[in-house]
Order: sequence, then structure tokens, then C-alpha cells
Amino acid sequence: MSNLYLLSLTIFTPLVGVLFILLTYLLREDQEAADNSARWIAVWASVATFVVSLFLWVDFDPTKAGFQFIEKVEWISSLGIHYHVGIDGISLFFVLLSTFLTPICVIASWTAIRNHVREYMIAFLALETFMVGVFCALDMVLFYIFFEAVLIPMFIIIGVWGGPRRVYASFKLFLYTLLGSVLMLLAMLVIYITAGTTNIPDLMTYEFNRGLQIWLWLAFFASFAVKIPMWPVHTWLPDAHVEAPTAGSVILAGVLLKMGGYGFLRFSLPMFPLASDVFAPVVFLLSIIAVIYTSLVALAQEDMKKLIAYSSVAHMGFVTVGIFVANQQGVTGAIIQMLSHGIVSAALFLCVGVVYDRRHSRVIADYGGLVHRMPKYAAVFMIFMLASIGLPGTSGFVGELLVLLGAFKSNTWIAALIATGLILGAAYMLYLYRRIIFGLLKKDELLSIADLNKREILVFTPLVLVVLWMGIYPTSFLEPMEISITKLLVDYDYALASYEAATPNNNMAFR
Amino acid sequence: MNSFVDLLISLPELLLVVTAMGMMVVGVYTSADRAYTLISNAAVLSLFVAIGLVLFSKTGTKLAFNDLFINDGFAQYIKVIVLLAAALVILIGDRAVRKIKIAHFEYPILITFATIGMMLMVSANDLMSLYIGLELQSLALYVVAALNRDSLRSSEAGLKYFVLGALSSGMLLYGCSLIYGYAGTTSFAGLETAIAGASNISLGLLTGLVFLIVGLAFKVAAVPFHMWTPDVYEGAPTPVTAFFAAAPKVAAMALFVRITMGPFQGMADQWQQIIIVLSVLSMVLAALAAISQTNIKRLMAYSSIGHAGYALIGLGACTKEGTTAVLIYLAIYIVMVIGTFACILCMKRKGSSVEQISDLAGLGKSHPAIAAALLLFMFSMAGIPPLAGFFGKLYIFLAAIEAELYSLAVIGVLASVVGSFYYLRIVKVMYFDNLSDELDSAIGKRISVIISLCALTILLFFLSPSLLVDSASTAASVLFEK
Repeated sequence: MSNLYLLSLTIFTPLVGVLFILLTYLLREDQEAADNSARWIAVWASVATFVVSLFLWVDFDPTKAGFQFIEKVEWISSLGIHYHVGIDGISLFFVLLSTFLTPICVIASWTAIRNHVREYMIAFLALETFMVGVFCALDMVLFYIFFEAVLIPMFIIIGVWGGPRRVYASFKLFLYTLLGSVLMLLAMLVIYITAGTTNIPDLMTYEFNRGLQIWLWLAFFASFAVKIPMWPVHTWLPDAHVEAPTAGSVILAGVLLKMGGYGFLRFSLPMFPLASDVFAPVVFLLSIIAVIYTSLVALAQEDMKKLIAYSSVAHMGFVTVGIFVANQQGVTGAIIQMLSHGIVSAALFLCVGVVYDRRHSRVIADYGGLVHRMPKYAAVFMIFMLASIGLPGTSGFVGELLVLLGAFKSNTWIAALIATGLILGAAYMLYLYRRIIFGLLKKDELLSIADLNKREILVFTPLVLVVLWMGIYPTSFLEPMEISITKLLVDYDYALASYEAATPNNNMAFR
Repeated sequence: MNSFVDLLISLPELLLVVTAMGMMVVGVYTSADRAYTLISNAAVLSLFVAIGLVLFSKTGTKLAFNDLFINDGFAQYIKVIVLLAAALVILIGDRAVRKIKIAHFEYPILITFATIGMMLMVSANDLMSLYIGLELQSLALYVVAALNRDSLRSSEAGLKYFVLGALSSGMLLYGCSLIYGYAGTTSFAGLETAIAGASNISLGLLTGLVFLIVGLAFKVAAVPFHMWTPDVYEGAPTPVTAFFAAAPKVAAMALFVRITMGPFQGMADQWQQIIIVLSVLSMVLAALAAISQTNIKRLMAYSSIGHAGYALIGLGACTKEGTTAVLIYLAIYIVMVIGTFACILCMKRKGSSVEQISDLAGLGKSHPAIAAALLLFMFSMAGIPPLAGFFGKLYIFLAAIEAELYSLAVIGVLASVVGSFYYLRIVKVMYFDNLSDELDSAIGKRISVIISLCALTILLFFLSPSLLVDSASTAASVLFEK
């Protein structure tokens, strides 16, 4: 088979770039030249990774439910832990999302990052390897290693190249997510001792008893809820976003938050179906609060990045509802919503980055009337703003519609309550857009502000295309994931049904 | 038993004893300015030869000197770590020792003697040989702690270490005497049969064991017997601190394992709770107390207390897996701690060494390579994958959960989150804070080689963890096959 090592190639190509950048240290070029070669190496390495990952999509067989491109090599033999990677319809697009956004981030940082350029690029490429690894890992320990390793480059990216309160933000990000992950690690060890394996496909069919499932589910929830993030453990996110450099925010919103949602789909639903069912109402409650409360908070923000950060929490509320209603529309919608949010919020942060680079302010009140000087920018921003609201024809619509459909099937109230998020979302995004783009161009500093340059257009074009593509022809995304989701849900329902059949007197209260 | 065979079994120790004595004679008759260089090179060489002897000696359990001395896979494993640590410490301390004018030829010799003591400790098969090994180690260490006799802090450290060390030795000896009184024997094999045969454990024997554990807890610096650590670490010359943090910790922990998993395994129900309490206190106190430290050597002292706490989790599990985990943990810890101290030894401003954490500001700019290495060590100590420190913690927690010590594991991971805060603080100071006065750029060749080797080991450990895990597991199984 020619595609035997395709997955490992996708995971480790960025590291090849890291090695090349390290070589520039040995060559002792002058600073300027070394920085430039680091930028170019990072671009080529990340573009190469993206190209390789496209082969995954091309070669992916959408008629198969199981994992594909599997590689399994003995690794920690004494514990039976393998280097085991593979993707199914669910992880395929998360891999693509990561490899798609990284080159964009690298190009977007071209002039914004001026000091420690080599270290920055090394951190970004390492981050890419870890992110792709998370979505490909089919061994729990391997998953955990990638999942937590992400923290190291992220901590450094925010801490070194971030804004004035970067230290606080990077510590908060690190400690919050670490606290979640270590509890997950303990749960993984319990799973290993109970089930005797760390192989994820095997564990998906292993039946843990109900009491144990509850504890394990909670431990995993601690990790994924912080990561995604859910209300009330979301407070690290606005801080991290505001202080991170533009590309850091992009990757944070674009990919890192998705690890939480992916974790729910990969671990919580298939491994602990009974516990997922028990806790679903809790998740719904927290999600509804997230959708309504953080939307309102977003409405009151004076800082553009903070506003988009809070809107992320609200959007992720949709995702968690979609996942835990556990029906075909809901889960599909959640995944599409994550992908769409990955692109759209990334693009919105880039939009903020564009004006921040020119004006060095993220305060909404410092802007106004930009449409007069920056028509191209206004057009691009509008597309993403509308996609974030969920206008039909954009990627945001598909996800939100499916989640709402799924929610309606489960419970009308949940659907009605999260639907208010759509209205509030339209309110804060339009309000933001009006205050920045429309109105009179009154501020003197803005009179000479320049429109998008070629490099920025190069960055935005693929994002616009993908947003429209997902909105107009979502089938090309829905098709590959369909069978995998169906299988996930069939197994889930089967587990619930067989438990119900086995214990006829129990009352499955929350269904 | 044939005395020649006895000598053969203890060949690495004998080699070191003979060379140490020889070096002393040579040192006296060599001119003062040349003596240190000559002797330290000779000491490093003999330590490496001893590693070779340990590695290539025949495997299998061997007893010598009327069963006072045991050489088995467990002892060999620890001896390699200890010898390596000693050799590396002499190498990384080379420049610093000259700088602070303690480059006396006695220094490497004392390190060698302490190492011999440690080797005897891990090879002890009797309470008497245990005590002799421990005291040989301690005496040498008391002297090196106070080696910089012109410095008030160093003298104070030496004195403090001596007084508290003597106290702990006294308690240990008292424990031994109680054990002898109630069990009627000092040999480990004899104790094991005595305990296994007893229908119920006598209170005297238990008291003896408690005193023994207290004495050992002093040596591994487990809370609440840790008080001496921060002061001694801070006061002792930095190369000596590096040695304190590395080799004696490992040897004492190994002795702990040997005692608890060996003759007193039958009393596991009794001592397990003590170990768990020691472990929890060490992890929690170290994590909290380290946050407010400003001196990096004091910080490392609390860090070592915390690591002792994690290692004790493995011991508290009372299983073969737990023992394996401790051995893995110790090996990884040594690499991290030597690497970290090598970085600390590089911190110099205008020729004199600096110790404040804030002095690290801007290290990322002025010394990118060292800063990157220290970053790896710090993340590794915090237990972040894919670095080696993560695997140490992974095996420890796995053992704890296997032994159903759930709450201990939860406390452990929570403490590690708090603990990661102070490791991150060092990264923060290095990379996020602005450059204060730049540190000297000249760095010795030896030390940079050792830093790179340690950093690469930590970074690339994940490629093949089995190498270490398998040997640790073989070493641990020696204690459990009866």
C-alpha cells in the first residue's frame, strides 16, 4: 500500500521543518537572513504538511466506518502501549483543519513577529505536529501525550510574543488545562488497569460498568470541558485570546478548542455511553448558560478580541449540545459547527490582527468608518461576520441548523433556548461590524490606514473560499463523516438499550 | 565462603576504595595547583571504570562477607545511577569549584568516598552494614557541605547538616537496636523469617521500624523531616548542592526500597500508612512552599522534596510495579536534576555566580541554548509530555492506581499542577522577563556537553522508554522473587 505512512508523514513533516530551522543556528547566518529563512522554512514545511494531508482526504474511503490509514508499531512494550494512529470520518476533517490553518498562521505572522522569529516558527511547527497527533492517535497514552504537549508551545507563544498581560494569561491557560488533563490521565490509568489495554478502538467496544463510567466520564469531562471551554471554566479563554499574538489566537480558536469537542466524541460518547446519558442534562444546562450568558457578555465587550473570544464560548455551547443530544443531526451539526467555527473565528481573529498591525489597538471605539479607506477589508470582514452569525450560504448556517434540528428531536426547550443564541449572536456581531466598519471616518489616525495588502489577501482567500464552499456544498464534508457518526450512534444507542433491557426497573430519568 | 570470591563480588567498591586512598597519597605529594586537576580527572576516570565493572559483572544475586553484603540486580541498577551522578557532578562543577576557590584535591576524593558509602548502602544486607554505609556517606557529605570554609553560609550549612544528620543517624541506629532487640537478628534474611514467623508483630519491633523509617525519611528529605534541606542546599557550594540533590537522594531512596520491600515486606500493612502520609505531606508542602522562593537553589531543594514525595507514592504501593516505578523515577530524576544544576552553574555575572531566580531574566536572549535546555528540564520536572519526567510520573501513578490508592494519586496529580507553577515561573523569568544585566557568556566545554546530553536524553526519552523500563523492571523483580 502506497499510503501506508501517510498519517505519520502528516504528523511529522512539521518536525522536519523544525530540524531545518535548527540548522540555521549552526550556519550562523546574520539575524535578518536567519529570520527570513526560518519564515520560509516554516511556510514550506506547513504547506507540505497540508498537501500531504490532502492525500488523506483523497484516499479516504467514505464507505468504511472504521479507522483508516492505520499504523501500529510497538512502543512501550511492557505496558502494551503502541504507537497507533489512524483516522475515521470524524477525525479526518480535524486533521485537515489543523494543517490548513497552520500555513495561514505562519504567513499571517510574517511581519507581525519581529523578535525571536526562529523560536516562534519552531514553536508553531511543533504545535502543528502535536495538534495533528491528537486527532490521529488511536492509543490513549499517545493521545494524552499529544494533547498535553500542545501546552508547551502554546504557553511559550502567548508568554513570549503576547500582549502586556501575557504572563498572567499564559499561566492561566497552562494551569487550567493542566488541571483538567491530569485528572483525565488518572482516568486513563484506571481504564488501562480495568480493561487491560490503551487501544482506543478496543476500548470503544469495552463495556465498563455503570458506576465506573460515571467517575471516568467526570474525569474526562474535567479535561474536555476546560479545553472546549464550557461555562463556568471558560475564563482562561478571553485572557488567552486577548494576550496571544494574532496567529496564537487563530490556532487557539481554530484548533485547540476543537480538541475538547473531539475528546467528547472520541472518548465520552463511545466509551461511557451510560454516563453520557446520565450527565447529558448537566451538559445541556451548562451549554444553554454558555450560549445565552456569554453572548450577552460578548455584547458588552469593548475589546474586539474579547468579543470574539466570548462568542467562541457561545458557539462551543452549540457544539456540546449537538454532541450530547446524540442523534445523527446533532453530532453531524456539532462537527460541522466546530469546523466552521475553526475557520470563521480564525478568520475573525485575523481580521482583528489586520487593523491591530496598523493601529496597535483592539479597542472597538478606536475605529469607525473603515469602509471608506478599506473596502476590501470591509468585504472580507463582512463575509466572516455573516458566517459567524450563521447566514445561509455560509459554513456557519449548516452547523447551526443541524444542531438545532438535533436538539429539537431531543427536547424542544433546549432547542428554543439555544436558538436565542443565534439572535444574540447576530446582535453582537452586527453591532461590532457597525462600530468598526460603518459610520463616518472621524479619527485622524485612521485617515491614512491602508487596505489589505497582497500577503493579507493571500491569507484570506482560502478562508473565504472554504467558508463559502462549506455553506453552498456541504455534502463534500458531510459525506465522509456520515458512516463514522452513524456507527458511533448505533453503538451508543445499543449500549443504552441493552442496559435498559438488563435492568428493567431502573428509571432512565433524563431521557 | 572463600574470601577471594568476596572480594570479587565487591570489586567496584574495592576499586574505588583503593583509588581513593591512592589519590589521597598522590594529592599530598603533588604541587597544590596541579593536584586538583589531576585528582578530579582520576576520580572521574575511576568512577567510570567502576560503572563498567558494575555493568559487566555477572548478574544474579551474590552474597559476600558473611552475608553482610549483597550484590544483586537492584543494587547494580542503583549503583550505576549513583556512580554516573557522582562523575557528572565532578565534571559539571569543575569550573565553579575553581572559581569559588575550593578546588582542593580533597573534594573529588570526598565525593568518591561518599559514593562508596552509597554503594555500600544499596548493597547492605544487614542492619550493621547499612549503618556503616550510611555513615561513610554522611561523614563525607558533612565535610563537602562546609568545604567553602571562608564562607559563613557554607560553614553554617555544614554544621546544620552535621547536627541534623547526626540526629537522624542516631534515630536510625536506635531503631536498629530496637529491631535487633525484638527480632534477635540484624541480618535481613533473619529479619524476614522472624517477621514472617511471628503470629503478631510486637510493639517493640514496630517502634524500631518507625525509627528506622524516620531516619531514612531524614535522608530522603521527606516532610516533616525536610527542614535541613533548603538551608543546606542554599548554603553549600553549588557543585556540592548538585551532588546532594542527585546521588544521596537516590541512594537513600534505594535503601528505603530495600528495607521496606525486603525484610519488612511482611509488615507492609503497618508501614504503608506512614509512607503514604510522608508522601502526601512532601508533595503538598513542597508544591506550596516552593512558590514563594526567590533563590533557585532553595527552589531546587523544595523541588527535590516534592520529587521524594512522588517516589514515595511508588513505595507506598507496596508492589513490584510500584518499585519499578520508583526506580524509573529515580533514573529520570537524576538526569533532570544534574542538567538543571549544570544550567545553574552556568549562571555567572562578571565572574561571580548568581543564585536569584530573577537573575535568570533574559537568559533566553543571551544564552538561547542553555535556556532551551533549562526549559526542557523544567517542563520535564513538571511532568509535561512528551518529556521524560512525564513517564516517571506516569509509572508512579499507574502503580498507585493499580494498588487502589486512588486518593493518593489524586493528591499527587493536584500537587503536580500546583508544582508546575513554580517550574513555569523559571521559564517565565528566562523568556518573558526583560533582560537585566546580561550573564557572562563564557561557558565551559564539559558542562555544555553534559547539558546537551541531559537535554537530549530528556527530550528523546519517549522514543524508546522500554530501554529504561525493562532494566528497572528487572532490577525491581530481584526484590520480589522469593
